[in-house]
Amino acid sequence: MKAAVLQFPGSNCDRDLAVALRAAGADVTIVWHKQDGLPAGTDLVAVPGGFSFGDYLRCGAIAARSPICRALVDHAGRGGYVLGVCNGFQVLTETGVLPGALMRNRHLKYICKPVDLTVETTQSAFTASYGQGDTITVPIAHHDGNYFAEDAVLEALRAEDRIAFTYRDNPNGSVADIAGILSNNRRVLGMMPHPERAADPALGGRDGAALFSGLVGQLAEA
Amino acid sequence: MKATVTVMPKQGVLDPQGEAVRQALGALGFDGVAGVRQGKVIELDLADGTTEDTVREMCEALLANTVIESYRIEIG
Repeated sequence: MKAAVLQFPGSNCDRDLAVALRAAGADVTIVWHKQDGLPAGTDLVAVPGGFSFGDYLRCGAIAARSPICRALVDHAGRGGYVLGVCNGFQVLTETGVLPGALMRNRHLKYICKPVDLTVETTQSAFTASYGQGDTITVPIAHHDGNYFAEDAVLEALRAEDRIAFTYRDNPNGSVADIAGILSNNRRVLGMMPHPERAADPALGGRDGAALFSGLVGQLAEA
Repeated sequence: MKATVTVMPKQGVLDPQGEAVRQALGALGFDGVAGVRQGKVIELDLADGTTEDTVREMCEALLANTVIESYRIEIG
């Protein structure tokens, strides 16, 4: 299973994401934002956390218009798998691959702490290794994680079972407590919490490891 | 030629920064500030003859996120 981890100026979780994917058995390549194509045979594109382009204009806005993101949009359009974590989730909403937007946190503070998430659906390669309704503890580290979508979009997310994770105790004002959502073909996941920071006991927890092992396992079979 | 693009949070979208500014004004003794909305202004220095339609395309493509923001354009 081949994964491409994108790297922008200001990315700071690219290595962490690569480590977590490799630990799960993926063959990982780091891909610089100026490249206009993905490595041949890429199964998964992973967009890491950080502060791409200094969060200038809007979080993820400049990264979303970079050459590699045009390849990302094409990959997603062909039914390819994409994972966006934190700034990566912001990039995915800015490209339009996922609906909605991430706004400034309700209380205007940068929040960095472990939070409890509820697994809302197991119907995806990302979440199939969890149990429906499981509580997992994963760190967040963001200033702009306040998920917003219009009512019609929210209704569609609910009706199509596309809310992947919710916060048990909403830290940032996200509508419907949303921490992560899936695309309509269930092959793109965007989430603000950092599963790669909870993928090894040395990091204080490994509740995020099942996301990577499940995903890599499913894609390796395919 | 110049164009000025004003980007604002859409009506109905929570603006926590504007609300924090409103509360700070109240704390300074400025009564009667019923609401504050905070946006941004982007000044563009453009080739002569650039049309408003082109500036609108720039807004839609990059300058505003129309999920949460509205924009208005002033030419000149």
